[in-house]
Amino acid sequence: MKLDGNAIAGPLAEVFGRDVTLAVMTCSGCHESAVIARAMVYVTAMGSVARCPTCDRALLVLGPGPGARIRFSMPGVSSLELTPDEPDAA
Amino acid sequence: MTHRPAAWHAATVRSVSRETASARRIEFEVPTWPGNDAGAHLDVRLTAPDGYQASRSYSIASSGDSRRVVLAVDEVPGGEVSPFLVHELQPGDQVEIHGPLGAYFVWTPGDERPVQLIAGGSGVVPLYAMAELHDREQDSTPFRLLYSVRTPDDRFFASELEQIAARGRLEASYVYTRAVPAGWHSAPGRVTRDALAAATWPVDRRPRIYVCGPTPFVETVADWLTELGHEPRAIRTERFGGG
Repeated sequence: MKLDGNAIAGPLAEVFGRDVTLAVMTCSGCHESAVIARAMVYVTAMGSVARCPTCDRALLVLGPGPGARIRFSMPGVSSLELTPDEPDAA
Repeated sequence: MTHRPAAWHAATVRSVSRETASARRIEFEVPTWPGNDAGAHLDVRLTAPDGYQASRSYSIASSGDSRRVVLAVDEVPGGEVSPFLVHELQPGDQVEIHGPLGAYFVWTPGDERPVQLIAGGSGVVPLYAMAELHDREQDSTPFRLLYSVRTPDDRFFASELEQIAARGRLEASYVYTRAVPAGWHSAPGRVTRDALAAATWPVDRRPRIYVCGPTPFVETVADWLTELGHEPRAIRTERFGGG
């Protein structure tokens, strides 16, 4: 199912300990930047993949790990910018 | 925007009521809830007796510092979570909720730019939260809503939206895709680019635009808004699906 980065706010908050939908990811493929909420997210029973809204590269992968663990990787992200208070990005 | 950390909370059902033929409004009491901005969502997690867990995201219809959290859940037939929430959950029951989530798709009062809300189906829930907050806070920003929904009876928060509009706090336009009221100005049908342009703020008003609905609806509308000349960064979208 195709959704967007809002859909993985919950699992990402488990990883980062906070809401990161306004964090800015830079794609290691096309070097474009976008907030996580704007990523294209594909959700399956095996987990979720967030893809670059510009070039479709797989940026983040989230899935169930062993036991109750979460498996998380950032295969296509060259940098992630987080602000301490998450001010309005617009 | 108030800092409201996301965390897991035990939520107790305070009341349930019929929202539409397929949807239910659920009011939770959450003693540890930090409050939430208008437009935020949360994850509901259900645990079966055998330990199997399933979770789904739902937008929050309420906002502010209240420990009361209101959802309006549409049943997705065959879904793992929504049929339980719509048919089985009763006052006094407890579920686990994780939130508030989604600092991107929120509106906070005090901004000069007009606001355009565009909803497809149950995607109206976070947009209703924004319109309700705008009304409650007596915020002076002009608000418009374009709501695409199957029939008049399928509207969520129908009477609340009518009351806000009657107070002059919201200009609401409806597009009915399956059945229209008697004497309606057009046949049932999907939103068109021309209808979108006619019912929404013109580009020169520089509106902040929030679009929420099923993925095809959101993508079609967002593409048209960009073609009409709205700044892509002023268009905030939230897609949903699954149940």
